Amino acid sequence: MVNIVINGKSIEVPSDITILEAARIAKIEVPHLCYLKDINEIGACRLCVVEVEGEDRLIPACENKVREGMVIKTNSPKVRNAVRNNLELILSKHKAECTSCVRSGNCQLQDLANDYNLTCEYRDKDDNEKRLEKWNSEFPIIRDAQKCVQCMRCVSVCDKVQGMHVWDLVGTGSHSHIGVTGNRLIEFADCTECGQCITHCPVGALTERDDTKKVMKALADPEVVTVVQIAPAIRSGYAESLGIDPSVATVARLAGALKMMGFDYVFDTSFTADLTIMEEGSELIRRLQAGDLKKYPMFTSCCPGWIRFIESQYPELVPQLSSAKSPQQMFGALIKSYFAEKNGIDPKKIVSVSIMPCTAKKGEAELPEMKGESGAPDVDVVLTTRELMRMFSSERVDLNDIEEVPFDSLFGEYTGAGVIFGTTGGVMEAALRSGYYLVTGKNPDVDAFSDVRAVSFDDAGVSFKDVSESGKANWREATFDLAGTPLRVAVTSGLVNTRKLIDAILAGKVSYDFVEIMACPGGCAGGGGQPIHCDDVERGMTRGAVLRDIDASSAVRFSHENTDVQKLYQDWLGTPGSEIAEKYLHREY
Amino acid sequence: MDRIKIELQSSEQRALKELYGMLERRVEAAPSGLCPIDVVKNMITFSHSQSCGKCSPCRIGLEQLARMMDKVTSGAAEESIIDEIEKLAQSIADSADCVIGTEAAKMALSSIANFKDDYLSHINNGCCTCGIDRAIACTDLCPAHVDVPGYVALIGAGRYEDAIRLMRKDNPFPSVCGYVCEHPCERGCRRIMVDDAINICGLKRFAADNAGEIPVPDKAESTGKKIAIIGGGPAGLTAAFFLALMGHQPHVYEQRAKLGGMLRYGIPDYRLPQDILDKDINNILAAGVTYECNVSVGKDVTLDELKSQYDAVYLSIGAHDDKKLGIEGEDSKNVVSAVEMLRAAGEGNAESLAGKRVVVIGGGNVAMDATRTALRLGASKVTCVYRRRIEDMTALPEEVQDAQMEGARMLILHAPDHIEANENGEVSALWAAPQMVSTIGSDGRTSVKKADKPNVRIPCDYIVVAIGQAVDLKHFEESGIPTNRGKLKADLTGFVAGSEKVFAGGDAESGPATVIRAVAAGKVAAANIDEFLGYSHEITVDVDIPEPDHATITPCGRVNLTNRDVENIDGDFGIVTEGMSEQEAKQECSRCLRCDCFGYGKFKGGRSEQW
Repeated sequence: MVNIVINGKSIEVPSDITILEAARIAKIEVPHLCYLKDINEIGACRLCVVEVEGEDRLIPACENKVREGMVIKTNSPKVRNAVRNNLELILSKHKAECTSCVRSGNCQLQDLANDYNLTCEYRDKDDNEKRLEKWNSEFPIIRDAQKCVQCMRCVSVCDKVQGMHVWDLVGTGSHSHIGVTGNRLIEFADCTECGQCITHCPVGALTERDDTKKVMKALADPEVVTVVQIAPAIRSGYAESLGIDPSVATVARLAGALKMMGFDYVFDTSFTADLTIMEEGSELIRRLQAGDLKKYPMFTSCCPGWIRFIESQYPELVPQLSSAKSPQQMFGALIKSYFAEKNGIDPKKIVSVSIMPCTAKKGEAELPEMKGESGAPDVDVVLTTRELMRMFSSERVDLNDIEEVPFDSLFGEYTGAGVIFGTTGGVMEAALRSGYYLVTGKNPDVDAFSDVRAVSFDDAGVSFKDVSESGKANWREATFDLAGTPLRVAVTSGLVNTRKLIDAILAGKVSYDFVEIMACPGGCAGGGGQPIHCDDVERGMTRGAVLRDIDASSAVRFSHENTDVQKLYQDWLGTPGSEIAEKYLHREY
Repeated sequence: MDRIKIELQSSEQRALKELYGMLERRVEAAPSGLCPIDVVKNMITFSHSQSCGKCSPCRIGLEQLARMMDKVTSGAAEESIIDEIEKLAQSIADSADCVIGTEAAKMALSSIANFKDDYLSHINNGCCTCGIDRAIACTDLCPAHVDVPGYVALIGAGRYEDAIRLMRKDNPFPSVCGYVCEHPCERGCRRIMVDDAINICGLKRFAADNAGEIPVPDKAESTGKKIAIIGGGPAGLTAAFFLALMGHQPHVYEQRAKLGGMLRYGIPDYRLPQDILDKDINNILAAGVTYECNVSVGKDVTLDELKSQYDAVYLSIGAHDDKKLGIEGEDSKNVVSAVEMLRAAGEGNAESLAGKRVVVIGGGNVAMDATRTALRLGASKVTCVYRRRIEDMTALPEEVQDAQMEGARMLILHAPDHIEANENGEVSALWAAPQMVSTIGSDGRTSVKKADKPNVRIPCDYIVVAIGQAVDLKHFEESGIPTNRGKLKADLTGFVAGSEKVFAGGDAESGPATVIRAVAAGKVAAANIDEFLGYSHEITVDVDIPEPDHATITPCGRVNLTNRDVENIDGDFGIVTEGMSEQEAKQECSRCLRCDCFGYGKFKGGRSEQW
C-alpha cells in the first residue's frame, strides 16, 4: 500500500495500481477515451492527464502507477486546460452526426463532450473528410473512418485478445489513420468477424452491418411468413440498457415482444442447441470409437468466428471439426424443410430471422453451404442483440408491458443444457452430460462435469492480458471417466488463447479427445453482437452466470431429454447421424 | 550622423536561429517509416517560406507542388498528377531565379524518382507503402538490434550484470562493442531532438567494465548437430555462441595463433585491450564452443572435407588481405600494408620504427590505427597522406582528431604518385601529386582533381599502405563457392546458394565493415543454420526491464569520453580513452527518453524478447 494525495484528499491505495485506478478508489473519475484496462493502456487520447507534484509535464493517469507520497491533481488549471483542448482536438476530427449514429446514448465521446459542456463549435472542424475510405458495405463489420478517433482500441483488442492483427495504425503524421493491416481489403484480411473491435470501440466508427430494414420489410409483407429464433446468450443481458429489472427481461418476454412486432413464429435456438448435442455427441462417440481422435481432438463447430479462424490459420485441422452445423443453421435448415412441410407453408415464403449475440453469424448465414434446395439461405437475416434493441426502440416496445409467451410448437421445448451453449464451457458440459448417457444408457450426476465451468475470466483461462505474462494456462482442461474410458477435454475462448492451445496440441505438448472453442472472451455472452456500455467493464462472464443460473433452475437439464427433440427423431430424423440428419444438420468445410 | 551603423542581430533573428537548430536536430533524428511524400511536401512548404516572392516559379510553383502532393497523400488524385508534378517541378528547377526555388523543386523531382511506388499506392489504394514497424530508433539502427533502452535502464538502476545479460541476447561481444563499436544506434537517438544523442557506446563500456561474473545462459538440449565455423572473428564467434546456446556443437577453425580475428589482429591494443577481448571470448567459449587455432582451411584441411564431416559450415574468414596502390616503387623495402603492420602489433612482434619517418597512405579508420600504432612503435614523425580533404576521410572524426593530438601530421589533398627508393632498394620518399577539390558526385562525395602544382617529395623511411582490405578467396572459389566483386556471395539469410550446407557472413561477405555488422551477420547465420538443421530454437533472456521515470526533459549535455594524457607515446599501447564514472553514467542514463515506454513504443512495443 502507498499513501497518496489526490485533489487534496489523502488516501491509502495498493501500490501496483495506476493513478486512474487510484482516483476511482478516491471516487474521482479521470476522463479517458482510449484506456481499456490491460488491453490498451497507451496514453493516446491524453484526456486522462493529471498533474503530479514534482513533474513539469502532465502525465497520463492510465499508464502510470502510483508511488508513495505522490501528490496528484486532476482539476488544476493546467489539467483542465489540457483535457479540454485535447477533447476539442479529438472532436474536430470526429464526424459528430449524433442524431443518426447508432452509438448515440452509449458513446464515450458524446458523454465527454456533454460532460465538458462543449456546446459550441470546437476548433476548425475537419471531420476526416479527406479520408476517402472504400469499405465493403456487405461485410458484417462496417467501419466509418470519419468517426474514428484513433484510440487504437480496435488494434489492441484484435492484437492482444484475438491475435488476428486485422487493424493497424497506418500512415504517419496527419495522414495516419486506422486501417486494415498490410493494406489489405477487409474481406481478404482473415478477419474472423468476431466483432470484438465493435464492442470495444468507444464511438460509432465500428458497427455491425445493419439488417433491421430487411426484417421490417418482411414483417410488413402479408405474403411472407416470418420465423425468428433467439440465441441462448441473448437472454443473458439484452435488456441491460433498458433500465428494467433483470427478472423481467426473460426470454419468454422477448418472445412476447417479437410476437407483438408481428413475427408469426418465435423459437429458441436452445432447441437446436439440444439437437446439436445429439448430433455432435453421437459424432464424438463414433469418432472416438473409430480411433479418429488419436492424434488430434474433435473440435466443436458452433462458433462461426472460430470456424473462420481455423479455416484461415490451421486449415490442416479442419477435418477435426465436428461436421454438425451450428444451432443457428440447424434451425434454419429445419424451418425451411420439416417445419414448412408440417405447417403446409411454401419454404419460399418464409423469411427466417435469427437474433444472435454475434456478428460472425451474419457471415455464417451467407455461406454457400448454408443454402437449402431452392438455393435460398436457410437463415435469411441475422440480427445482433443491438439491432434487436434498436428495432424495439423504433417500435416503442416497452418490455414492462409485454406478456411472457411460450415458444411455438414443434420446437417449443429447450433444456438447461441448451441454454449454457451461450457461455464458455457450456457446449462441452452439455455434450458430456448427453455423451455419458449415449455411452452408458444412464444419466450422470448433472454436476459431474462442473470442472469445465468457469465463473470468472481468470477461472476460464481467459485473460485480457497476455496470459504468458501471468503464467496461467490459457485454457481449462479436465479428464472424465466415460464408462471406463478416460475422456480428455479442453475448453477455451478468445483467439489468442485458442492459438496457444492449438499450438500446444500440434507440438504434442498436450493431447485431448474433445475441445470446445468460442472466439469471443467468455463465449457468446461476451459476443461481438452484444450490448455495448461506456464503462469498459467486460461482461462476458457475468452474463454467462445468468445462463448458468437458468440451467441450474431448469426442470430438464439433459439435451437428450428434450421431448421435442425426441419427437423430431421419431417423426423425421430417425437417429443421430442418419442420412436425413446428415443432409440437413451437418455440413462440409 | 547615421550614414552607416553597426548591425546587431535582432532578438527575433536569434530566436529563429535557435529554432532552426531545433529543426536541424529533428531532421537528424527523423524516425524511420515516415510517408516520404508527406515529408517532402512539408520540406517544399518550408522551402516556400524562404521564397522572397520575386520570381513566379518559386513564389507560386512551390505552393502548387505542395498542394498537388497533398492531394496525392489524401488519396484524391489521379495517376496523371505524377506527370504534372514532375513537369511543374522541372520547370521550376529550370526557370526559378535562384537556388531557393531550384533546390526545392529538385526535392519534388527526387521524390518522384525515388518514391514512385508510394505515389501510385496513395493514388490507387489510398494508402502509403511505408509505416512505422520499429518503434525504437536506436534498437532499429543497431544491426544486431540490441535492446538499447533496456540496457540503458538497467545500467541506470545499477544492474550491470543484467545489462550485459540483456546485451548478450543479441550480441556476445558487449565488452568489445563498449570499446570499439561505431554505435550507429546513436545516430537516430530521439534525444537529439532535445539536445544530443545518449552516449550509448560509453554506457555499454561502463556496464562491461563494472559487471561482475556472468554465468553462461541456459543451453537448449543437445541436438548432436555439428557446425564448422571457419574463422574465429566476431562473425564466426557470434554464430558459434548462439549455435552452442541452441544445443548444437560449433567448432571454430582459426588460422592464426589466437581467436578474435580483426578484433585482435586489426584493432590496436590502445583502443581495445586484449584482456577485454579475451573476456568476451572466454564467455563465448564457456557456452561450449570448441576451437582449433593455427589451422588454415585450404592448406591444412579443405572445405570439402569439412562439408563431409559437419552438418553445416559457416564461412567467416574476414578480409585479411590488403589492396595495392599500383604505383611505381610499391615493391620497395619498408613498404608494408596496414593489415600486416597491425597484425604484427597484435601478435606483439611488430618491428620497431624508432627514429623513423613514416608515411601512412589512406584516410580510413585503418589508416588512423596504422598512424597511431606507428607513433607507438617509436616513429619520429608520422605523416598521413590523403588525396581528399580531412572532412572527406572515412575515418570517424574523433579517430582523426586523436591521431592529430598524438602528433601525427595530416597531408591532405595529395595523391600518391610514386615511391622513391635508395640504392639498397629501401624507401626514401613518397612523391605525391597535389589535388584540388572538384564536383560532388551523385553519391554525395566530393571528388578531387589534379591541381596545377608540381609533385612534392615527402622524405620517409617507411610507408604503410592503408587503402583497403581484400578477402583471400582462392580456396573457396576453387571449392565452388560463388563470389562477387572480391567477396563471398550469400543471400540475406547467410546461405550460399547452391552450396548444399554452407553459410557465409562477416567482412568476407560484406566487405570490410564494423564489429557490430559482423555480430549481426553471425546472429542471422545462427538463426538460419538452426532452421536449416530443422530446428527453431529461440534465444531469449529473463531480465525484467525497470519502469521508466516520467522523464523531465531539461536539456543536458552529453557525457563524452575523454582521453588520458599520453605523456610518452613510444611503446605505450595502454587504453587511451577513459571510461565514464558512475556519476556520469547515472546522469547519462537519466537522459534516455525510453522510447520503449513512450510514444509508439508504448502502443506497439518494439522490444523483441526473443529471436
